Amino acid sequence: MCVAVPCKLVEINGMEGIAESGGARFNVRLDLIDEPRVGNYVLVHAGFAIQQMDEETARETLALLAEAMEDDGGA
Amino acid sequence: MEALEQIRNPKLARALLAEVRALADKLGRPQTFMEVCGTHSHVIARCGLREALGGAVRLVSGPGCPVCVTSVGEIDAAIALARTPNTIVCTFGDMMRVPGSESSLAAERAAGAQVRVIYSPMEAVELARRKRGARVALIAVGFETTAPAIACAARAALEGGVNNFAIMCSHKLIPPALDALLASGEVALDGLICPGHVSTVIGSRAYEELSRRHGVPCVVAGFEPADVLLALRLLLRQRLEGRAEVENAYGRAVKPEGNVRAQEAMAEVFEPCDAQWRGLGTIPQSGLRLREKYAELCALRQAGIEVKPGREHPACHCGEVLRGVLRPAECPVFGKACTPERPLGPCMVSSEGACAAEYKYGRLRAKAAEKVGASDG
Amino acid sequence: MAEERTITLAHGGGGRQSRELVVEHFLNLGKKTDPRDLDDAAVLEAPAGRLAFTTDSFVVTPRFFPGGNIGKLAVFGTVNDLAAMGARPVALSVGLVIEEGLAASEVARVAEAVAQACAEAGVAVVTGDTKVVERGAADGLFINTSGIGAVHPKARLSGRNARPGDVVIVSGPVGDHGIAIMAARNELAGLSGLSSDSAPLTELAFALLDAAGEAVHVLRDPTRGGLAAALNEIALQAEVAIALDEDAIPVSEATRGACELLGLDPLYLACEGRLVACVAQRAAERALEALRALALGAQARAIGEVLEGPAGLVSLRTALGVERVLDMPSGEHLPRIC
Repeated sequence: MCVAVPCKLVEINGMEGIAESGGARFNVRLDLIDEPRVGNYVLVHAGFAIQQMDEETARETLALLAEAMEDDGGA
Repeated sequence: MEALEQIRNPKLARALLAEVRALADKLGRPQTFMEVCGTHSHVIARCGLREALGGAVRLVSGPGCPVCVTSVGEIDAAIALARTPNTIVCTFGDMMRVPGSESSLAAERAAGAQVRVIYSPMEAVELARRKRGARVALIAVGFETTAPAIACAARAALEGGVNNFAIMCSHKLIPPALDALLASGEVALDGLICPGHVSTVIGSRAYEELSRRHGVPCVVAGFEPADVLLALRLLLRQRLEGRAEVENAYGRAVKPEGNVRAQEAMAEVFEPCDAQWRGLGTIPQSGLRLREKYAELCALRQAGIEVKPGREHPACHCGEVLRGVLRPAECPVFGKACTPERPLGPCMVSSEGACAAEYKYGRLRAKAAEKVGASDG
Repeated sequence: MAEERTITLAHGGGGRQSRELVVEHFLNLGKKTDPRDLDDAAVLEAPAGRLAFTTDSFVVTPRFFPGGNIGKLAVFGTVNDLAAMGARPVALSVGLVIEEGLAASEVARVAEAVAQACAEAGVAVVTGDTKVVERGAADGLFINTSGIGAVHPKARLSGRNARPGDVVIVSGPVGDHGIAIMAARNELAGLSGLSSDSAPLTELAFALLDAAGEAVHVLRDPTRGGLAAALNEIALQAEVAIALDEDAIPVSEATRGACELLGLDPLYLACEGRLVACVAQRAAERALEALRALALGAQARAIGEVLEGPAGLVSLRTALGVERVLDMPSGEHLPRIC
């Protein structure tokens, strides 16, 4: 029920930040994030970052998904 | 992030699809899973997952569309706010065309009411700062994903002395609704695809009690087609192995404990209350209301408006669709009296409502069947 | 500080102020007009062959936005409707309706924009009209443009001409204008980095027609309602089906990112500088090459094909290899959070 998109944090000004997705830049609130870092990816919903995304877990997920391709002979 | 891009690779989804179909065939009978979240319904319809899965897996849409489960009475109250003099109503786009007893926010705007579509609740606070002479009322609809953002807007308004900003609080909570749904036993479910972004806030642990009490496998899923298929793989494996537990397939965005800061923001501004869900009736402690400290922000109290029981269209079966009892195509008015142009109920209006998704994306089967001269059930 | 000059009802009254307005702003729109030649109508040499004739009105707000403005849209919009019929623009008219109280500098800005667009499109405004209405009766400024064009001798273009077997081609990424306008109009999320694709399509259209002639069956510029609306209209006109490959449809990264953020679908958002074409299969390769040889068509792609039926149905093959309907857009396309 929630349109939320991973975007890259490119600027931080206190509770406000600028995030970027494919070259489009927009305002994002950081009130709900512990220790936001420029360069990290955040999940943005209704103009608020609701989570910093974990790159390592993303890669693990990718590996899990890719298992299907090995089993399938890469169809 | 490279990994995020890779997860979108269509080859992955196709390979997973083949695997999921193979897994499903191993079970003796077709499996029924409910995707709770409206955004999942949208993704599933958009990529044609129901068709692609074939008969071994049946996906049922659940009540996770906040706009769909908002009662007619609440929509009428929002409309009453829009008709109040000197009031600017701010709303997410989703709510604009949902029919109340006789009107909608979009119709009110066409008739001259001040209704603005916003993307972020902060835009409503900014508007209130700029337009001091008017009351700016934010219609706060949504589940635990959205409530923390609204809470921050409420805090910002109170701290900033923006005393012409108000909130009509209509938030609802997912776990109590799931509990009620599972307890009713109306639809036999083999598992739940749990909402990804609600879980970002409340954590994957939030479903453990439910899963245990009702013996239902639960997997938290992300929103790429591959993510949903991964969740199906995990659900089917649980079924094959006779397990009923909570698994998190959206680890990159969901932690077991969720987002504690967001939970704290919600808890500071809101407290649970009983809430009326369209199609599910009143569910105890399943809604949010403003705490005493923030009660002065209550738009309905300020405008002297009460939520009264509204009048659903007599031919509308949205309640049964929301409970997963009826599939959109099984609703007697689907595509006939009820279409996106002339919706009788919210399921056809909300872009993620099961009926809107089915209408928009699913009609190909019917057309193809027409062409062949067969009739499709 | 000098008081800002504004447009008054007198400027629409047909008297001295009207003439002053025209002389100050409207005599150099693509070609210089001598004030002594201000007559009731323009008289032109008729071009040989068939004439195309079109009209459009422009009411966009904000009037100036990233990648374009109302003046540019007014010129290119009409030029592009002519291009969709295989016509090179010969002359334009401009009719303005101005709201009383609009700053004169705004009118000057718009006129300058029209002049620049005319120069880029290679056409002039040869006749026009200005009315001023009371405050509140118009939203600042409305423009109507009409245009006549000379049709390419090999052009046999109509939505009705789409035939089973035709290849559907789009000249570049879709949805850029629609999302740029939405972001600019509503200040949604403080979005920046988006730009309208507003551009004249005459050269693209002629390159196609030169390369593939009568094998080009349909040309359309997908404005309101985007690619989905344009293709649904063609499918209805020709009573055919259109099957698209979702992966093949070009969308720019910025547009995709912004649409995902706001819950919008780029296939339903307007373009102002793209052509959609239905081309007989035998000529499809040539057609793509001709488009790609021009900067504006560098990202041209084949995105699908025309089929026998079901008549009027436009479908998309998704990443899972399944087909779903791409419906005619209905109602306002709104941002959503759910």
